[in-house]
Amino acid sequence: MATTTSPRPAAPPDAREAALGRGRPIGGFELWTWVFMRISGLLLLVLAVGHTLIMHLPAGGVDRINFGFVAVRWQSPFWRTWDWMLLMLALLHGINGLRTITLDYVRPPGWRFAITMAFYVIGFTLMVLGTVIVVTFDPTRWGPIG
Amino acid sequence: MAIRSRKSKSDYGSIYRGHEGQWSWILHRITGVAVILFLFAHVVDTAAVGWGPEAYDRITAAYDNPIVRLLELGLVVAVLYHALNGLKITLIDFFPRLVSRIRPISIAFTAVFILTLIPTAWIMLGQAWDLARR
Repeated sequence: MATTTSPRPAAPPDAREAALGRGRPIGGFELWTWVFMRISGLLLLVLAVGHTLIMHLPAGGVDRINFGFVAVRWQSPFWRTWDWMLLMLALLHGINGLRTITLDYVRPPGWRFAITMAFYVIGFTLMVLGTVIVVTFDPTRWGPIG
Repeated sequence: MAIRSRKSKSDYGSIYRGHEGQWSWILHRITGVAVILFLFAHVVDTAAVGWGPEAYDRITAAYDNPIVRLLELGLVVAVLYHALNGLKITLIDFFPRLVSRIRPISIAFTAVFILTLIPTAWIMLGQAWDLARR
């Protein structure tokens, strides 16, 4: 009997499974980044899409943006908070996206490490720079606002 | 032999002309990379406010150019696409049963994308045109 029955070939992946790609990670750091990408994505849907539409669509578009515009806008803690959250979430989301792409396309371990580290350093530097500016910006150093 | 020829006719299409999901996956990557690369520059140009009006207005003068305005329209399109496609991914991931209705969901998202795109492109192209004539 055993000689006539060959082992059953593995079932081909079902089309749905293929469409879903690699799917949700099982646990650990990768699961957390998977969850983070989706939650931060939902927040960025409001923060980033809102930001780009607010800056580009009203009359004048980006023509109206100058030092005075930022000075008036950042008098409001609401917009400072909005911009700081956008800064942090967009950088974390974007840097993690670049990490995922690097792990997909870069195979040699040394290059992988170097490229992801470069992204981490850029991301961290911009988070620090942006945070310092958003928190400490005081336009009155250059005269009255308006 | 018969099995082989049947196998070559894949359900998934060829690698280079696959499922719609493959195109949205590639576009998601391209738009994501485009947005993060712009963000690197944008954090730096915005940080110039910390050096005063002269520095900020000199750096942001780089945007006073019709070609740059067209690139900005590309940026807004990339942000919109990435946001809407990301919402679709999140929806399917959190509610996997919706996979069976992926086609109408994708059509609905494409419709929202195009309907948002039309007025946005209209306004931004108008701004670029005004700037070009000044």
